[in-house]
Amino acid sequence: MCDQTFLVNVFGSCDKCFKQRALRPVFKKSQQLSYCSTCTEIMATEGLHENETLASLKSEAESLKGKLEEERAKLHDVELHQVAERVEALGQFVMKTRRTLKGHGNKVLCMDWCKDKRRIVSSSQEHAVTMPCTWVMACAYAPSGCAIACGGLDNKCSVYPLTFDKNENMAAKKKSVAMHTNYLSACSFTNSDMQILTASGDGTCALWDVESGQLLQSFHGHGADVLCLDLAPSETGNTFVSGGCDKKAMVWDMRSGQCVQAFETHESDINSVRYYPSGDAFASGSDDATCRLYDLRADREVAIYSKESIIFGASSVDFSLSGRLLFAGYNDYTINVWDVLKGSRVSILFGHENRVSTLRVSPDGTAFCSGSWDHTLRVRGMVFRFPVCERREDG
Amino acid sequence: MAAGPAPPPGRPRAQMPHLRKMERVVVSMQDPDQGVKMRSQRLLVTVIPHAVTGSDVVQWLAQKFCVSEEEALHLGTVLVQHGYIYPLRDPRSLMLRPDETPYRFQTPYFWTSTLWPAAELDYAIYLAKKNIRKRGTLVDYEKDCYDRLHKKINHAWDLVLMQAREQLRAAKQRRKGDRLVIACQEQTYWLVNRPPPGAPNVLEQGPGRGSCAASRVLMIEYFRKALGRTRVKSSVCLEAYLSFCGQRGPHDPLVSGCLPSNPWISDNDAYWVMNAPTVAAPTKLRVERWGFSFRELLEDPMGRAHFMDFLGKEFSGENLSFWEACEELRYGTQAQVPTLVDAVYEQFLAPGAARWVNIDSRTMEQTLERLRQPHRYVLDDAQLHIYMLMKKDSYPRFLKSDMYKGLLAEAGIPLETKRRVFPFTWRPRHSSPSPALLPTPVEPTAACGPGGGDGVA
Repeated sequence: MCDQTFLVNVFGSCDKCFKQRALRPVFKKSQQLSYCSTCTEIMATEGLHENETLASLKSEAESLKGKLEEERAKLHDVELHQVAERVEALGQFVMKTRRTLKGHGNKVLCMDWCKDKRRIVSSSQEHAVTMPCTWVMACAYAPSGCAIACGGLDNKCSVYPLTFDKNENMAAKKKSVAMHTNYLSACSFTNSDMQILTASGDGTCALWDVESGQLLQSFHGHGADVLCLDLAPSETGNTFVSGGCDKKAMVWDMRSGQCVQAFETHESDINSVRYYPSGDAFASGSDDATCRLYDLRADREVAIYSKESIIFGASSVDFSLSGRLLFAGYNDYTINVWDVLKGSRVSILFGHENRVSTLRVSPDGTAFCSGSWDHTLRVRGMVFRFPVCERREDG
Repeated sequence: MAAGPAPPPGRPRAQMPHLRKMERVVVSMQDPDQGVKMRSQRLLVTVIPHAVTGSDVVQWLAQKFCVSEEEALHLGTVLVQHGYIYPLRDPRSLMLRPDETPYRFQTPYFWTSTLWPAAELDYAIYLAKKNIRKRGTLVDYEKDCYDRLHKKINHAWDLVLMQAREQLRAAKQRRKGDRLVIACQEQTYWLVNRPPPGAPNVLEQGPGRGSCAASRVLMIEYFRKALGRTRVKSSVCLEAYLSFCGQRGPHDPLVSGCLPSNPWISDNDAYWVMNAPTVAAPTKLRVERWGFSFRELLEDPMGRAHFMDFLGKEFSGENLSFWEACEELRYGTQAQVPTLVDAVYEQFLAPGAARWVNIDSRTMEQTLERLRQPHRYVLDDAQLHIYMLMKKDSYPRFLKSDMYKGLLAEAGIPLETKRRVFPFTWRPRHSSPSPALLPTPVEPTAACGPGGGDGVA
């Protein structure tokens, strides 16, 4: 468990906008008020000449960023692959496709597992319709298994209770929960069916109450579209990480709406983020063709998973149950399996005929499922693992 | 895919890093010393210089990147599909054959990153040229595109035809070899930018991504706070991964397999039946996991139930119940917040409450004060206090208790299912019932006994 205690602000009604938010003290003409983060920012930038503000803020931000990099480097005394030298290598894997799901008539964009370990929900681009608003880019299974959430270019996240009554029209029971001002890129239920966390092309993430559709908290800070998010498996269950087109991965405190940690080492958009099972780190997959591991306690990037022959972006990443393997789906139709500790690639899997857009390991870790623009989903499991032997490639 | 309309809005070429990388690869492939072996290729009556064979391309890629031939073939195929390498003999399909088939490197003028997005006008001129050169050699989908373009840019059609004729006339003045090469290059470019129906559109992208201004104020605030944060040495953090992976390795089906067998591989449900949320006899691995961390114990409904029993014996069951009630508040419906807060107060916090929890006086005071304005996080401090109490005190005692030791001793290790020898023994697959249909889980009968119980065949 990460023993960081996050800054707990007063929670209440903002003195300016009156919304129920986490508040911080601000001083206006020597009077102390309590503003939410949005109002604080607005206050900071009003009343000053625009050019003056932007220039001075920019240089201040740059210099602080440089100092932060220096601080982070001070405690970096060893690399992960060095520490992992004494760990036994994994050998060669034989992973086979055990199910190919062909129900979609168009590109599969997203998928999620049900907690019962066997069911999957997946979403796609609507078939035979050329209007772009039918891309359903995000979907999630509710923890109870009784509902699913999805959304995309309609800028919304809607929840559908699952029904198996043939007479019932699922679309009629649909409930619009989240409203963003740009496309929905990712969504996830929290520990219950009653809250949803969303990420959007409008640069924000948001936490919603499913029943009322009320916005419980919003998260501002990304400088571009947010493409992915993942909830932390921590004991206190208070944080989540998001990745965006600004090349940043940001860790957020769900209660206060504040960013508690940010990492900017990728060279291109971050398409996918996933926590390491212990919750002390997370992996990211990016258009720069690398996956990276960031440690939260060391507050830095600790590993890069890349190979010269891997040229296309990684669209989706997930860990196996022990965190030893990192599965990553790429835009060149392949899946690469990485040894998280040693930093080497243990396997490359072919089979899809178009880019792999989504990949998740099942909740009990027995298999992983990949969805692709080739309209199919493939569930793969480990058939056999050969013991370590001399290999000419992938040292 | 309907050819004709402009490609869907994508990102500017600067945001397609894979193109730059592919270009670097093909440039190094053309290096006179280190590159792929070039040869002159005879085609009908002409000789084309600087050709390479498919197999040479694959071999070079395999050696350069230290990868298998399968992967090298895949990488080469990707280069051909993006038009960076084109086939000399059959330029209609962009495939890489790992044999003597001749290929050439595309001229940078036609690189996707140079000339993207492809212009409708240029496509019209290209199709017009094809039409004029040998009447009726336009393939079906090309005819459709041609007609559609004719309608769409009717006003510029004279220009199109004139350009087409000019280009054809200029081409006639070139050597036959050059003419052939340029025709191949152009054809490849259009196969990539206007793929025929059924062929993959490698340039297709997802919905457009943009950028908005980063909030500098928030960033500065973040940096200032981050500078003051405590960090842990890398060596300490990284050691933690080794021990975590080492401990969990045997429990990871994708790394170590699982007993009696992986249901996806063997089509046998036994593993899932034995590891259902509630079973009469949990497996040994499962009971072991309860000892890995307090979170692991609580996340498993059976583990939590046993822990509750243990706490009951110690008369501290209200701690776990309080924690559960706080979780319900945190993740519950917004509308229920006031009701739940009241209920928790009545049951656990009020003086003389039925299941009063023992929180330190300071936390209790602060919590009671905050309860005046209830929200879903109002009990966080109290919840954390009780959680840490259980984690540091009750949990270690649970692990040392006879109850836990007994569970561990009783828990069985399933026997590995014998592999079926005859491949045509086909076991029909049954769909599992959806959680949406069965709200309460059904308890299966015991599936394994202590130690050497019989695995389900």
